[in-house]
Amino acid sequence: MISMRIEINGEDLQLDEPATVATLIRKRSPRPPFAVEVNKRLVRRPEYTTQKLNDGDRVEIVTLVGGG
Amino acid sequence: MDPTPLKIGTQAFRSRLFVGTGKYASFEAMRNCLEASGCEVVTVAIRRERLIDSQNRNLLDYIDTKRYTILPNTAGCFNAEDAVRVARLGRDILEQLENPGAQWVKLEVLNDKKTLLPEPIGTLQATETLIKDGFNVLVYTSDDPPTARRLKEAGAASVMPAGSPIGSGQGILNPNNLRILLEMLKDGDPEYPVIIDAGVGTASDVTIAMELGADGVLLNTGIALANEPVSMAQAMRRAIEAGYLAFRAGRIPKKLYATASSPLDGAV
Repeated sequence: MISMRIEINGEDLQLDEPATVATLIRKRSPRPPFAVEVNKRLVRRPEYTTQKLNDGDRVEIVTLVGGG
Repeated sequence: MDPTPLKIGTQAFRSRLFVGTGKYASFEAMRNCLEASGCEVVTVAIRRERLIDSQNRNLLDYIDTKRYTILPNTAGCFNAEDAVRVARLGRDILEQLENPGAQWVKLEVLNDKKTLLPEPIGTLQATETLIKDGFNVLVYTSDDPPTARRLKEAGAASVMPAGSPIGSGQGILNPNNLRILLEMLKDGDPEYPVIIDAGVGTASDVTIAMELGADGVLLNTGIALANEPVSMAQAMRRAIEAGYLAFRAGRIPKKLYATASSPLDGAV
């Protein structure tokens, strides 16, 4: 059993098994449309299942909000 | 009313008013204001996903993405690197919506949270990076003419100088700078689109911007925080048409002394 801590949208998250971006999205189920970044690099949709998460990774899941 | 569409990159618009989607009292109010303004382009921001609102609604439930071109901004970015990241995130989202705004970004690289003034070096660096990455960059800048010229030369699809600080409602503070800026950017290239972005407080500010020869105006707070936002949206729609027509009609020169409109001959 492995254990790692990642940061998602500025909050710590403990993961106890290997995970990809796709795993994280299933857990969190953000409402589409959204976009994902790992360590300041955009992860495009085809990469969600292959982009592994590592201890200390910083993940951002973003969407559109009102703005000028 | 307006036979000449506003062309930016490959897109053309009948309305020359771009309206932001922030700060409204409710999503319904925003939707009604966008409708009343007649705008065809709306700006949005990119932020961390939250679990929608208490009623499970989000912004896109109130914006018809088939009707409006969505212009994502990089508001809140204080360096070129972050602005480039946010632009790429926005493109990824808009591609999912199949919205023509996917190739666009309203680039803002700001100096600090208090003034929200644009930071010129970072703005130019981010412009260059995003253009290499295939974006149509509509770039927010100050009313400084040489900075605007550099941004145009870097390949910006539109340069968008501020009338006054973001959200300040102070209107067009330096019309002389904007005149020089417009002359510089349109020299030999009269169709180059210059859009006044930021600082608009009321309808006359929009008209003044258009009478200077701007191609359009982008605003948000002036409508969203008016006492009657829908009425202000209607006023802004008329103001942009008034200013556009007046500029093309050509104003009379200002003179110190009176010239009678009625014949002096035959007066009793």
